[in-house]
Order: sequence, then C-alpha cells, then structure tokens
Amino acid sequence: MAAVAPVRRPKRRSIPVGRILLLGFFLVFVLWPLYWMFNTSIKPSDDYLTVPPVWFPTAPTLVHYEAALFAYRGLDGLINSLIISLSATVLSALFGTLMAYSLARYNTGGQHLSFWVLSQRFLPPIGIVLPVFLIYRGVGLYDTHIGLIIAYTVFTLPVSVWMMFAYFRGMPKSMEEAALVDGCTRWEAFWRVAVPLAAPGIVAAAVFAFIACWTEFFFALILTSRSAFTLPTVFRAFIGFQGAQYGEAAALAIVSLVPSIALGVLAQRHLVRGLTLGAVRG
Amino acid sequence: MAEVRITGLHKRYGAFHAVRGIDLDIRDGEFTVLVGPSGCGKSTLLRTIAGLEESSEGTIEIGGEVVNDFRPRDRDVAMVFQDYALYPHMNVAKNIGFGLKARKMPKPEVDARVAEAARMLGITPLLGRFPRQLSGGQRQRVAIGRAIVRNPRIFLFDEPLSNLDAQLRDEMRGEIKRLHQDIATTMIYVTHDQIEAMTLADRIVLMRDGMIEQQGAPLDLFERPASTFVAGFLGSPRMSFLPGTLTLDGSAAAIRLSEALLPVAPGRSLNGAIDGQAVLLGLRPEHLTRAHAATPAQGTFRYDATIDLLQPTGSRSYATFRLAGAPVMAELQAHDVSRPGERLPIDINMNRASIFDAKTERAI
Ligand SMILES: Nc1ncnc2c1ncn2[C@@H]1O[C@H](COP(=O)(O)OP(=O)(O)OP(=O)(O)O)[C@@H](O)[C@H]1O
Ligand SMILES: [Mg+2]
Repeated sequence: MAAVAPVRRPKRRSIPVGRILLLGFFLVFVLWPLYWMFNTSIKPSDDYLTVPPVWFPTAPTLVHYEAALFAYRGLDGLINSLIISLSATVLSALFGTLMAYSLARYNTGGQHLSFWVLSQRFLPPIGIVLPVFLIYRGVGLYDTHIGLIIAYTVFTLPVSVWMMFAYFRGMPKSMEEAALVDGCTRWEAFWRVAVPLAAPGIVAAAVFAFIACWTEFFFALILTSRSAFTLPTVFRAFIGFQGAQYGEAAALAIVSLVPSIALGVLAQRHLVRGLTLGAVRG
Repeated sequence: MAEVRITGLHKRYGAFHAVRGIDLDIRDGEFTVLVGPSGCGKSTLLRTIAGLEESSEGTIEIGGEVVNDFRPRDRDVAMVFQDYALYPHMNVAKNIGFGLKARKMPKPEVDARVAEAARMLGITPLLGRFPRQLSGGQRQRVAIGRAIVRNPRIFLFDEPLSNLDAQLRDEMRGEIKRLHQDIATTMIYVTHDQIEAMTLADRIVLMRDGMIEQQGAPLDLFERPASTFVAGFLGSPRMSFLPGTLTLDGSAAAIRLSEALLPVAPGRSLNGAIDGQAVLLGLRPEHLTRAHAATPAQGTFRYDATIDLLQPTGSRSYATFRLAGAPVMAELQAHDVSRPGERLPIDINMNRASIFDAKTERAI
C-alpha cells in the first residue's frame, strides 16, 4: 500500500469555552441586579418576598411607577435633578476648561495651584456641609436650585479641572501658536483651536461631573427640603416604619437610570478617547 | 516685505540663559538660515521674532518698527512649524484660509487666495481632505500654503523638513528655494542640517550656546571659518584637525606636525601669530587629492599616505590615513584608490587649509 500523504485539514478554531464562561459570569454579575430591579418594579406588592421568588410576574403593573413619580413626588425630584445636574455640569465644564487651560498653558499659580485645586477633594464632605448649610440659610440659598447648582459646580470643579488640565498638557502647543501667528487673539486661539481639539476631554470631564451630580445624596439631603430636592433624596421616603416600598424604589431607580444611560450612549464616542486623557491623539 | 533688526537680544527661562546677546541685521528679501547644534537657541530666537516668546532684553525691529510689545498677530509674520501644526479639525482649505478668516477678510477673497496658494503648491486636489488623511510631504505643503496665503512680511521656518524622509527633503528644499525666488520675501529658516543651510541661505548665521559664532555668505563660512566650531559644523565629512606648531622663519611660515613640515601658503596673513605657537591645521577632505604630477604644485604638500580606512560612495571614495599620528580624511576619485593598506602619494592643498590657534580655537 502506498504511503498516504497526511491530509492537512484546516484547523477549526476551537470554541473559546473559558472566555464564554468568563463573559457569561460577568454579564450575569452586571445584569442581574438590573433585571431584579426591573422585575421588582413591575411586580404586584405581594410578590416581593415570596419563596420561591417570582421570576416573571404574571400580572405586571405600573402602579409603583405611578406612586413613585406622583405620590412620592419622584417626578419633581427628577425634574429638579435634571435642572441642577445639567446646570452644574455645564458650569463645571465651562469653568473647568477655562481654569485648566490657564493652568496648563500659562502655568497660572506656579506649580502649587493645580495641586491645590485637586486637594479640595481631600476634605470629607461632612466636614463642610454644616457651615455650608448655615451660610445657605443665612443668604437664602437653602432649598433653592441655585444653591445646589453652586454647591455641585464647586464640588465637581476640582475633578473637571484636573482631567482637563491633564488633557491640555498632553496637547501640543504648536497648533495654538500657529493660530496666534495666523492672526488670532489668545481668546480666539483658545476658542477656535484648543477647545475643538480638547472636545473629547471636555466631554469626558462633563460626563464625570454629571454622574457625580446625578447620584449625589448627602448635600442634597442637607441643603434641600420641600422644593429643590433631587431624585436621590426621594428614595428616603421608601423606607418607613411599615417596611420598605420595594416596588416604588425599584421603579424610581429604573427611571433614574434613563438619563445616565442616554448620556453614556451620546457621549460614548468622545468618552473612549477622552478617558485616555490626551495620551493618544486622533 | 521687510528687514529685521535684532539688537542685544537675550532670552532667559528662569535661571537658564537660552539666548545670550544676539545682534542681527537681515535685509529685505534675504534668505537667512539659523543653524547650529541642538539646544543652541535657534528655535528660541525664531519664536522670539514671531512673538511667541517674550524677550528678556534687547529689541526686535521689523520694517523699522520696534515690535517687542506687539502680539504675534500684529507682527505680520508667518511661521511654519516643525510638526506642521495643522489644525486637525479643519480640512485643508480651512487650514489655509484660517489666518485670513481670523483677520476678517471677506469670504470670496479668502477662497480666491486659498485657491491660488493651493495651485502654487500643487495641492488643489487635497483641499477637501483633513490633515490626518495627508502624507508628510502633503502636510508640509499645506503648512507652507497656510504661510504664503497671508502674504506676510516675513516667513519663519522652524526645521520644516526634519520630519520628512531624505528624498522628499531634497525635493521640498528645492521648492522652498524656488518659492523664495518667486516671492522674494524675507525668510528666516532654522535648521541643524548643514546641507540645507548651505544650499538655501543667502546668509548663514551659525549659533552656539545662545550666541552667534559666525555669520556670512555660505561659501565665506565654508572657506574661511572663524573657529574650529564653524569649520567642524559645516562640511560633510568633517574637516580634520591636526595639532602642530607654527614655525616662522623670516618670511616663510610652516606648520610642523611631528616630523612633517607643511609650508603655509606664501602671502597668507597670520595675524600676529608667533613662532612656536601651538596651532590646529584644518584640512577638508576636498583639500586632499591623489598626486599625479611628478612634482607638487605651488602651495601643496605631498605626503606618502597609507590608507587605513576606505569608504566608497560611488563616484568618490573617502580615504582615511594617519598624518603625524592624527587621522585625516581625503576625498579621492574612486579609481584613485582601490583598497585599505594601499600606499598613495597625497597632495595637500595648503592654500585652502585653515589654521586655528590651538588654545582659543579661533582662526589665525
Ligand atoms: N520653555 C523653556 N523653558 C526652559 N528652557 C527652555 C525652554 N525652551 C527652550 N529651553 C532651553 O533653551 C535652549 C535653547 O532651546 P531651543 O529650542 O531654542 O534650541 P534649538 O537650537 O532650537 O535646538 P533644536 O535644534 O534641538 O531644536 C535649550 O537648552 C532648551 O533646553
Ligand atoms: Mg529647535
């Protein structure tokens, strides 16, 4: 019998079992709480704590949403949160960009000012909330949108400045210099060249600021009461003497996710580049 | 179109003294090349002229007007940067027209001038592209287009060709030279490439440690370097320096390199050098040729060399041999020399040799 030349089969790529398992585990880890939250938000109240649990409610209901948004004033909280978070984000991005640019390009305040800015975050919030509360009461900012916008702008600025500072530092100066020689004033060079180039960094900083404002609880709790209260503070009401209102809490949590996710999707393209903080430029 | 006059210019970065007293007169329409080793302050000087750096001392005049306190935009200069510094978020047309738009020129005129500049540089098909879609040479052209479109009084170039490969660099060098011939605007060009300096310049300003070491026409600097620094910087391969002593015997002068005695060209002024003074004899490879005549010509010194090292380049061969212990390189015709170890008679043209004081390293 003649020797048969070994037939070479193109090797099939084996199924990456390990990777699939790992990803599956991770997905469950991330999505399970979301699923449970959503499930709870549409379950009738009697099904919350049954054993075995109700995996898919047979009679989904929106009563919890209605109660959370209207009876518990969740909708007012949502609107307040949007107004306050968006305003603070815009202000923080605006001032943060200006300040970071000045620090990065003109070395404003020597080598210490930039660090001082960041060091403002070293102070635990509880250390300043009482004085702020007293001041706010005194000047009429207590329980106002403006009051919380100012507070949030101030608290998010250090991180915004620091992120933008790193971004501008990583950006070559020569394009702005070319603009200056070409005929721009310093302001025009900043506005028409530096800012467009720093857009990914600005977006990243703004997203961080927004998330910080959107989820902030402590200052909102102390500095607001009946009119400027934000969404996170509404959750307090769901834990009472008669037990917890799981359905309402879950419903409001779902509602509060929507803007964050929308923002994430909108900013994603910029975000990925911005998070590298100028390490790579497009 | 303008002349530039720089008087007593200093620039300090904190304690660091980057530019240390520059006096420079640049005529209208002149192509001046600032050249020197890395860190000697060329870019700093150029950026100070552009107004991107503030001078610490001294004045800068452009067109007879002191511009020290002018913003960059009011100096009416254009600059081409080493990294091109194109605006990545604008297409080529916008990049080129940006300066005109910033100066509030009406749009139809901007468009016309952008089109004209693009035509001059052969980049019309690229006008709609973004910088990231261009090759290095194309980016370079756009950067130049952005400068010429404004029709400035002075062009400043900071090593515009250093990011290009050798072939493209030669090509663009020619184009810049042509551009200068066409528009005849004052140009100040920084490079540390001595070939660029030699080929482009009407005048070379050779800098060292923040000061001007020597300035003049390229051939002046090449043939009559004021110091070993200048002599070593210009010319490739480098000039060889041979330590020796000057001997003066009545009217005849010579340089003694251990046993060899090389006569100094008669009539060459020696500026009060004294007998026995330690000197460096500077020989460029092209001052040395293979001897063919039976007797050396007037002013040449014949030496029987043993070739140590041979570097053929095709038409020429660079042959290194030892003369009184020091290595010397000769540029020979390729057919004059065949292999290392060969013994050859070499004629040294002493009429063109440079002589430097060994201590001060200044030319005698
Ligand atoms: N912003 C700055 N702060 C401190 N020192 C500086 C600054 N800019 C330049 N220098 C120093 O000034 C000196 C001259 O710099 P410059 O950039 O003018 O050199 P150059 O001749 O252009 O060199 P190269 O050929 O490498 O470009 C260098 O020693 C440099 O370190
Ligand atoms: Mg330089």
